[in-house]
Amino acid sequence: MRAPLSWLRDFAPIDGDVDALVASLDDLGLMVEGVERVGEGLGDVVVARVLEVGSIEGADRIRRVLVEAGGDPLEIVCGAFNFGAGDLVPLAPVGTVLPDGTEIGRRKMRGVTSNGMLCSGRELALSDDGEGLLVLTGVAGVEAGAPIVDALGIEPDVVFDITVEGNRPDAWCMAGVARDLAARLGLPFSLPEPKVRSAGPAVASLASAAVEAPDMCPRLTVRVIESVAVGASPALIARRLTMAGMRPINNVVDASNYVMLELGQPTHPYDLDRLGAPGLLVRRARPGEALTTLDGVERTLGYPGRGLGETGEDCIICDAAGVPVGIGGIFGGASSEISESTTRVLLEAAYFDPMVIARTSKSQRLRTEASARFERGCDPLGIDRATDRFCELLAQSSRDAVVAQGTLDVRGELPEPITITLRTEAVNGLLGTGLDTAQIAGLLGPIGFGCEASGDEALAVAVPSNRPDVRPAPHGIADLAEEVARIYGYSRIARSQPTWAEPGGLTERQRMRRRVREALVGLGATEVWTSSLVDEGDDATVGVVARPIGIANPMAQDQGWLRRTQMAGMLRALSRNRDRRQGAVRLFEVGVVFSEPTPGRSSGERSGPGGAQEAFLPTEGELASVLLAAEGDDARVAVAALEAVADELRLSGLKVRPPEGGEALPGLHPTRSARVLSGAVQVGTLGEIDPAVAEAFGLEGRLGWLELDLGLVVEGGVVPRREERTRPISRFPSSDIDLALAVDDAIPADEVGDVLRAAGGDLLESVTLFDVYRGPGVDPGRRSLAFRLRFCAPDRTLTDHEVGALRAVCLEAAERQVGAVLR
Amino acid sequence: MSGAVPLDLAALESATERALRAAETTAELAEAETSALGKRSALAGAHRSLGALDEEDRRRVGRELHELRGRMEALAAELRRGLHERERAAALEADRLDLTEVVLGDLRSPIARGRTHPVTQTRDALEDVFVAMGFKVAEGPEAETDWYNFEALNMPPSHPARGMYDTFFLELGEPETIVLRTHTSPVQIRLMEAAVREGTLPIHAVAPGRCFRRDTADASHLPVFHQVEGLVVDRGITFGDLAGTIEAFTAAYFGPEVHSRLRPSYFPFTEPSAEYDITCTICLGAGCRTCSNTGWLELGGSGMVDPAVFLACGIDPEEWSGFAFGFGIDRCAQMRHQIPDMRALVENDLRFLRQF
Ligand SMILES: [Zn+2]
Repeated sequence: MRAPLSWLRDFAPIDGDVDALVASLDDLGLMVEGVERVGEGLGDVVVARVLEVGSIEGADRIRRVLVEAGGDPLEIVCGAFNFGAGDLVPLAPVGTVLPDGTEIGRRKMRGVTSNGMLCSGRELALSDDGEGLLVLTGVAGVEAGAPIVDALGIEPDVVFDITVEGNRPDAWCMAGVARDLAARLGLPFSLPEPKVRSAGPAVASLASAAVEAPDMCPRLTVRVIESVAVGASPALIARRLTMAGMRPINNVVDASNYVMLELGQPTHPYDLDRLGAPGLLVRRARPGEALTTLDGVERTLGYPGRGLGETGEDCIICDAAGVPVGIGGIFGGASSEISESTTRVLLEAAYFDPMVIARTSKSQRLRTEASARFERGCDPLGIDRATDRFCELLAQSSRDAVVAQGTLDVRGELPEPITITLRTEAVNGLLGTGLDTAQIAGLLGPIGFGCEASGDEALAVAVPSNRPDVRPAPHGIADLAEEVARIYGYSRIARSQPTWAEPGGLTERQRMRRRVREALVGLGATEVWTSSLVDEGDDATVGVVARPIGIANPMAQDQGWLRRTQMAGMLRALSRNRDRRQGAVRLFEVGVVFSEPTPGRSSGERSGPGGAQEAFLPTEGELASVLLAAEGDDARVAVAALEAVADELRLSGLKVRPPEGGEALPGLHPTRSARVLSGAVQVGTLGEIDPAVAEAFGLEGRLGWLELDLGLVVEGGVVPRREERTRPISRFPSSDIDLALAVDDAIPADEVGDVLRAAGGDLLESVTLFDVYRGPGVDPGRRSLAFRLRFCAPDRTLTDHEVGALRAVCLEAAERQVGAVLR
Repeated sequence: MSGAVPLDLAALESATERALRAAETTAELAEAETSALGKRSALAGAHRSLGALDEEDRRRVGRELHELRGRMEALAAELRRGLHERERAAALEADRLDLTEVVLGDLRSPIARGRTHPVTQTRDALEDVFVAMGFKVAEGPEAETDWYNFEALNMPPSHPARGMYDTFFLELGEPETIVLRTHTSPVQIRLMEAAVREGTLPIHAVAPGRCFRRDTADASHLPVFHQVEGLVVDRGITFGDLAGTIEAFTAAYFGPEVHSRLRPSYFPFTEPSAEYDITCTICLGAGCRTCSNTGWLELGGSGMVDPAVFLACGIDPEEWSGFAFGFGIDRCAQMRHQIPDMRALVENDLRFLRQF
């Protein structure tokens, strides 16, 4: 909201340094987004009378103008065409510096000397109109030679651009801002009483008012003003509306807008003679009922929407015969618009249920100055002052206007007045302050809360009707505490730091997640962040078959589903980097993937109104995925990456096993991929990206892949951990034995290693596979696996004899358990 | 009947089919197609000889030739698919690698370390600060029900405040029941419900995590982003405690020269509510373009837990009080590293990521 300081000063003698005012407004929660100074730098501009207008030879875009501004006639070259001899226009003489910093000099154009500049409204920063000169002819009291600031009554002004929070409809008007500011600055605040002379017939003889939907519109008032002359608004009104960001239209519409900006109450003026039947009727829209609004758009009402609470119940305003003439509280209809020929005005001012306005505004995608105010909650009792003020303003601009006597006032159930017992201790307990009861009353009183002593150290606080944000107790106690803190000043509240006995910390999952990242960074991998919202086709390309979960209202088709894998996103990230010649990289990501809810396995979550229903959330799995695309990377590197992660997390017993029965793993190379198992549970996959999949993402070459389900790896005891107890380090030398064993292809190498390890017992320090050989000398269907066994005793050097015996035990076990043959 | 040699279409077809079927690779098939269906093929020759036939025969034989060609082309396509499958299977087979017998010693280890994402680094650093201040780190689901994301946070259906969040709805169940969480605040509700259920009040926790809003990406907003939420529920917690906690965290994370200030604001789930700013990290308060010469940068929202939220979770607001705060992790990273455009965080360009 744009608030001119001069307007605020109508209600309180606000003065002082602009920066200090901005700081006060900010600290009151009326955040100042910008400050604009208007009407400055106009001191040298004067009113000039045009004496003569002539053409300049060879120029058709400029003319020679002779003006008089109290002294000798001056010759000016001017490019505007919206004036003639006899008109009064603004003149910036040579030497003037305009508000935008332009300095006016004497210039010669086409042989004609220009002794100054005739100005448009925009050049003087008085309006947005830059099309022609600001013609002043006919403006009361304007004479040639007068300084323009005197002639137009311009005072330098400051406009604050203020953001008002959604819970403060009371502050969304000039009077509201002034009220807060006055309270903070300790200044008196007053709302002048409008003076209305009612004459003429009783309003009931001219129009009717009826409400068929009192739940939507708990209060409707109608007033009628006759003998209205529609024309331009007085300069002050037009100027203030312009500064506040609204375009002046005519005195009737302007008066309505002015009242809204000043007091926060939207009103709507109708041309009484253009209503089909004189009077208003408020009712629910029938399904499919249509109406053309002031912006010329035909709108269909009364249809329920897809969203929660979108019941399709719209409130419409009709003429007395029931024909729609406006959407209640949101937008007027085109049919009864005020025009130049209007002479009788019917003014509607109402109080609407904020939820109704919010609902219709949302479903119609129609947000207006009025709807925004009604949906936050207007003052149901502020209507009378607002309509009085409208009548007062209209009577000023239309001297012969006659205000009909009385107001048609249809009232249903208005919000109950609230009184809250506010214990001083409760306020201090919530804020951490040491205020006394009188201080609290002194803070709340000036912003309209009625405070009366209520027993010891407590107040009975009457909430004014313009504060719908303040709820009954117990909630209202917090609401009032905020008001106390706001006026007192948040920054004045002493800061303290609470302490407690419980230590902070990370969960096991969080610690493990950090260590996974640590391990992968150690492998030279860089973490990426790919989108959780994906193209369903991308996931399908990488072979995911589970049903995707769609987004009902996606921003784009390629962000229309929840991801089920990170593979597609990471392949895209790699592809983009390769396009930028950074292809030899390793990438990883740790994040959530989604799958359909499994109602049988998980319990429902609270949902729906009051949390009384049950809904099943998607299953969220946390994956760590690694894409290995450095030079030479392939499936073997993925195995090494798994080793590194398992080592970092102290995981033990993980097995790498090819998929069974030739079944392919999603997105992976059918013959160069494997499952990662802990016992019978699959906790991940690894291998290479299927070349066809890589090609679909514009990638070539071998790409290693490792994917681990962090939930399974870290939680629930699925994967055993290496014990934390330290093994003593032997001071004695170790002995190595190499065994080359021909083993059937069907027996995994790690199984052979396990057999050796078990057979070697405590003295076996490590078992390392160091060579694999297929070919001559080894039977087909078998390969030679070369293991290095390192033996060491904690208390002695092992003798050759002992080592030989251990070797024999290991060999024998391998022969017996896995049919190994020594080569 | 003209004098031209009558065409033996059946023989032509079987010869062509034989030639195509003889191909054993996709390359051979391509050659066979050229010779059996191409310009110099018998089939093409037969077409050319049509000119010698009379009108009626020309039309009939022409049609038959056309159909024959159609059949042969379909056959070729089918054969190509089969051969391609076979070749792919053979190539994959030739490529077979037993991942149970990888010799790890053969693999070079990298010399350069990788990096965690700047958002991860920021999140970890923030977590560390809060853990040191005595907070536990909690987490919650990214997809939430309307109860946790809105209603328990004092935003019933059609509450205008729901409109402040541009929410993604999932195609699951009733309309608008399941959403992608628009903030980390639902974790507050889960923490409080669990503490009531298990009798473990008080709560001192922060909850970092990914959030979603239907918001076009620009230099300072992403539709998918990260927030961290703080929640303290205890006896005798005050607004002064909130201000002091935010100040302590600010100094600990941004450095002792950076301070905080609270301004009145509005959130449905806190009362009193405050927006909080920190000293501009660029000019340290002197005023610069980044902070619009105010010396302050907006960081997040905070306030005392609204009694309505306590009551929704079954906590007595007379006995317990508490505060909550939240802010963007990505925004912190942006401020700390002076990242001009936040979209760089999701572009995953290694030249960017390697700088952290
Ligand atoms: Zn700055």
